[in-house]
Amino acid sequence: MNARPLAQMSRFNIATLAMGLAFLYLPIVVLVIYSFNASQLVTVWGGWSLRWYQSFFNDQAMLAAAAMSLRVAAVSATLATVLGTLAAVALTRGERFKGRTLFSGMLYAPLVMPEVITGLSLLLLFVALGAERGFWTVTIAHTTLTMCFVTVIVQSRLGGLDRSLEEAAMDLGCNPVRAFVAVTLPLIAPAIAAGWMLAFTLSLDDLVIASFTTGPGSATLPIRIYSEVRLGVKPEINAICSLIVGSIAILIVAASLASKLSSGRGQNAAPM
Amino acid sequence: MSARRIFTRPARIAAVAPYLWMSLFFLVPFVFVLKISLSQTAIAQPPYLPVFDLASGWQALVAAFSALSFDNFRLLASDQLYIQSGLRSLTVAITATAMLLLIGYPIAYAMARLPRRWQPVAMMLVIVPFWTSFLIRVYAWINILQHDGLLNKILLALHIVSTPVVWLSTDTAMYLGLVYSYLPFMILPLYATLAKIDPALLEASADLGSSPLQSFWLITVPLSLPGVGAGVLLCFIPIVGEFVIPDLLAGSDALMIGQTLWLEFFTNRDWPVASATAVLLLVILLLPLLIYDRFQRRQMGRA
Repeated sequence: MNARPLAQMSRFNIATLAMGLAFLYLPIVVLVIYSFNASQLVTVWGGWSLRWYQSFFNDQAMLAAAAMSLRVAAVSATLATVLGTLAAVALTRGERFKGRTLFSGMLYAPLVMPEVITGLSLLLLFVALGAERGFWTVTIAHTTLTMCFVTVIVQSRLGGLDRSLEEAAMDLGCNPVRAFVAVTLPLIAPAIAAGWMLAFTLSLDDLVIASFTTGPGSATLPIRIYSEVRLGVKPEINAICSLIVGSIAILIVAASLASKLSSGRGQNAAPM
Repeated sequence: MSARRIFTRPARIAAVAPYLWMSLFFLVPFVFVLKISLSQTAIAQPPYLPVFDLASGWQALVAAFSALSFDNFRLLASDQLYIQSGLRSLTVAITATAMLLLIGYPIAYAMARLPRRWQPVAMMLVIVPFWTSFLIRVYAWINILQHDGLLNKILLALHIVSTPVVWLSTDTAMYLGLVYSYLPFMILPLYATLAKIDPALLEASADLGSSPLQSFWLITVPLSLPGVGAGVLLCFIPIVGEFVIPDLLAGSDALMIGQTLWLEFFTNRDWPVASATAVLLLVILLLPLLIYDRFQRRQMGRA
């Protein structure tokens, strides 16, 4: 009923869509192309080359920051996925419990909260607790932010599921926890995977919260990139950014393939 | 029905861990922001006074309490720097959100008009840039906008300008960066409501003699208002507190409130004033949230 042939779409709509997508993608494409520029000057094209990738892999400080970021992202994304999934289950399955409004408020507020506030408030907490700032403080801060995104993704998937499957499993003698693990968990697995990946990339991306909560000597990759960018454009930064864009693109393609493979079993694909 | 009751208890247990986590790492920190915003700066570690020490007894606690004051807020109210950065944040956020709505609406509309099987693809294409790093996307624009960057080269080659235009460190660059970075946040909620509109309504309106433009104004726009509200909120609130984009793309003569907070904290190491700025920022943000809440309640009351 809704399906219209493309020919019936007005030219205006097609032009808008094309321009919108071009606007979203062109800057990134330009960035990637310039990362292969052989010239020392960022703006002069000197032919194709991999020298800036080479100089990144020889930059010890940058590599250390990248390693720190990857560790933080992996640990915080895993913690956030566990906590966020539990929260999503509580919100969709627990009909009503005391403090539910506060609970959902706490889970949605960080989604829009300016990062400077989240970062500052967490730092003040860590200082008051006397915690040593570094890997764990950044990891905890990122977990707090990203678990909210996991909750939203898993919750929308859980909300769309047919509960009668779970009820059938319980009629057949499963206890609720077992029914959940055996029936529901495989169905929401794509959403959980998508949640983990989003948490991972958000953590990898974050500059502001990490700047507040990290300690001396443990800079993350965005903190290093930011301090370099403030000094001006450098070809090496182009290469690092392209590497990040490339790995995220690979992750997304892998995820959409995975969700396509599993969507045969579920009702519809994960929203993200 | 009885099955539902059994569901509830494990669900409640599932809430415990995330509940405790968010209370400790999201709610409790605000108490500290509030407390330190009422403290004084000190050359000490941590750099503020008084420090509450439960071990030092009741008398010391009372003394510490009476040392709290509203001095920092008085400073914020009297110093032009803070008032101006607050006003600038609001102006920038309102302007950028209006631009986002104007650009995002036609794109979301076109997406909702695509054939059904193409819509998820279009949605994916809009979401993907959101997954790539925020910092990288801003940096990509620095590449293009710099003095001898791509944009100036193209403009010079087309003889639109005769000398390179200064783009970086201007408000134009900042708005470009803001619109670019927040566009997916505007498009997705708009698309979600636009895609749900039943085309039969538009057909009915056409049958009753409306022109396409009239149908758009009378049917599509009112039905898409919840998406407009969500998109505006999703963009406006983070933009008010934005730091990275104005810092890297705008000039340094006018600061947004997020930049002021950053400056107080990292450059001046004045934690109490930074905390007071955070409280001010929260108060500014509460207003649109309350308006949105009232708006939503009215919508629900009507439904």
